[in-house]
Amino acid sequence: MAGLKHLLGIAELTGDDILAILEQARRFREVLDRPIPIVPVLRGKTIVNLFFEPSTRTITSFNLAASRLSAQCLNFAVGGSAVKKGESILDTVANIEAMRVDGIVIRHSAAGVPHFLARHVSCFVVNAGDGCHEHPTQALLDAFTLIEHFGTLKGKRVLIVGDIAHSRVARSNILLLNKLGAQVAVCGPPTLLPAGIEEMGCEVFYHLDRILSEVDVVNMLRLQTERMTANFIPSLREYRRFYGLTRERLAKIKPEAVIMHPGPVNWGVEMDYDVREFSQTLIMNQVKNGVAVRMAVFYILALKRGILSEEAK
Amino acid sequence: MSRRLFTGGRVIDPLKGTIKIADVLVEDGRIKAVGKNLRAADAEKIDCRNRYLAPGFIDLHCHLRQPGEEQKESIASGCRAAFAGGWTQICPMPNTVPPIDSEALVRFELEAARAADAARVIPVGCCTKGRQGKELAELGEMWQAGARAISDDGSWVSDAGLFRRILEYAKTFDLLVMSHCEVPELVPELADEGVVSTRLGLHGAPGVGEAIAAMRDILLAHWTRTRLHICHVSSAETVEVLRWAKERGIAVTAETCPHYLALTVDALNGFEANYKVNPPLRSEADRKSLIRAVVDGTIDAIATDHAPHAPEDKDKEFSNAASGIIGFETAFSVLYETLVLKKALTLPELIARLTVVPAQILGIEPPRIAPEAEANLVVLDTEVSWVLSRDKIVSCSHNTPWLGKKLRGRVIATLLGESFRVNQ
Repeated sequence: MAGLKHLLGIAELTGDDILAILEQARRFREVLDRPIPIVPVLRGKTIVNLFFEPSTRTITSFNLAASRLSAQCLNFAVGGSAVKKGESILDTVANIEAMRVDGIVIRHSAAGVPHFLARHVSCFVVNAGDGCHEHPTQALLDAFTLIEHFGTLKGKRVLIVGDIAHSRVARSNILLLNKLGAQVAVCGPPTLLPAGIEEMGCEVFYHLDRILSEVDVVNMLRLQTERMTANFIPSLREYRRFYGLTRERLAKIKPEAVIMHPGPVNWGVEMDYDVREFSQTLIMNQVKNGVAVRMAVFYILALKRGILSEEAK
Repeated sequence: MSRRLFTGGRVIDPLKGTIKIADVLVEDGRIKAVGKNLRAADAEKIDCRNRYLAPGFIDLHCHLRQPGEEQKESIASGCRAAFAGGWTQICPMPNTVPPIDSEALVRFELEAARAADAARVIPVGCCTKGRQGKELAELGEMWQAGARAISDDGSWVSDAGLFRRILEYAKTFDLLVMSHCEVPELVPELADEGVVSTRLGLHGAPGVGEAIAAMRDILLAHWTRTRLHICHVSSAETVEVLRWAKERGIAVTAETCPHYLALTVDALNGFEANYKVNPPLRSEADRKSLIRAVVDGTIDAIATDHAPHAPEDKDKEFSNAASGIIGFETAFSVLYETLVLKKALTLPELIARLTVVPAQILGIEPPRIAPEAEANLVVLDTEVSWVLSRDKIVSCSHNTPWLGKKLRGRVIATLLGESFRVNQ
């Protein structure tokens, strides 16, 4: 973890890095259960949320994580910014950095933007989702939620279902689950399974019914209709029929298996509304744990850069 | 009267594949004599001991940005950069702003190049008006003005009926038709489709997209009996298509570029835009296939695809960054290291693919180091190691993945007619 200066993706982390973040998240998870869930770890520090894509839950989660650590958190409103006047990302970030911020959380529709920024800024950069590339904090909070539930990821069989091609969540999850000893399978139509996905360390299935009953975790992905151009699937109706987690399919999963979804859910497409009521659904736990995981990420990056507040030291 | 005496060099004859030690005496832009112990008291002497003398290189494919984007490269700066890299004759593609699709623009290009007093330009005109892929450009007038080839480079002419007419009409003037092969629907983003593009979340462009386009163009060229040249071949599938065509005696030639022979898609791992090229860098299997194709002649020549870009267009997020790298000044070194030092080609074989073969493809006289020939030669040092630094680059642009890297072998000097340059 000595070299961890930014959180750009799971690809750059070792298994030990991941475990250290999750262990720190566990401590912060306890803080969040206190009557006053705030610690002075980043007092006097400033973190900017730079979201070039619309998001509600992720930006709120990062916001809360920063404020629970006593940092000031600014949300950069891209819609009304100079970006619309033709300013490049680099100009925007250089200006923000000139205002002396300690960290930037960035979400962008283009893969690699956090890596590009990290080469140009001196503050830490956290990738909050870059195109179809990575969404590392989502994978970390998914792992945290699973470890909270099962105690370990070793030997667990995790099935990721749906639009793998357009999913940064899937890529980060595949990388992380492999690093922590889980077995990963992906399932979807070949149009939504990108080339060489099996070389990332996962089994590939085209038919959900052939694998569903054999796994410990079913992670249903949102069908990213906004990222699709055309002809990936014939209709949402047909997609639900072959890949939707319907009431009938719910009956086929192992009794101890759990259901996850990174949200927001397209109810009635990748999941029937009934799944909400299913006792083994961890969707709300994922959301709750997101704050603790993001606090841990901020804390560790601040620690590595020697910018923790005096109180924290 | 100017006289230069190149002494004691190893003179390469790429046509015969031979090397012999000789002096070369040049007078007023022509080679006066080639032989042992030549004397010329008043001549400028260039010591070429342990160095090679080879004919000047011909670049079948490069980009100057004039008219329109002179901040990236003007015709003059491009000709000087080419000259520094040993290229004495270059074929700039017509995808300028506006595109070179008329007699007037061809003449302008030739005039601007002449004034640069460095590499000579062999104009390539557009196939279609404005490179729009809709109407045949005035090929005859461009030929009359000096164009020797046509291309809508950067865009594949996807209308098969129009491409047929282009091929047929080009035959009138024996114009070489150069095709940038790419089925646009199969190229959503500039990363080779495979595990690397998947890992990086980039929508892949499969090599088969290039091969399909090449196959259509080759079949039409064969059917219309016109000479066709496939530009910057990057994929193993295209190599297979070319092999198929050549086995049948179809009149097709092809080029690849130093970066496809030296680099792979793995270079994209850091999202560094200096590795973004069009077509994209591909897998190690593709790279090896290209090298085999260069060795066995399936790919005839090697061109630079020199593509200068301003920093504001290149220093950007990968998806939005411009594609292309500069190549004039690094090509020989990269090829020497990739092909000759790794024993895929001998030095004379490499030189043939940079001189004689491109000349044959264009239908022009190949440069040669022989008495009475025009002076058109380079001095090569294969022993030297050098680091490409920004201040050494002659091009207006600096977009190259080799910046700061150590290179082996270098073009030391270039001579064309009376124009002479020594690299410091």
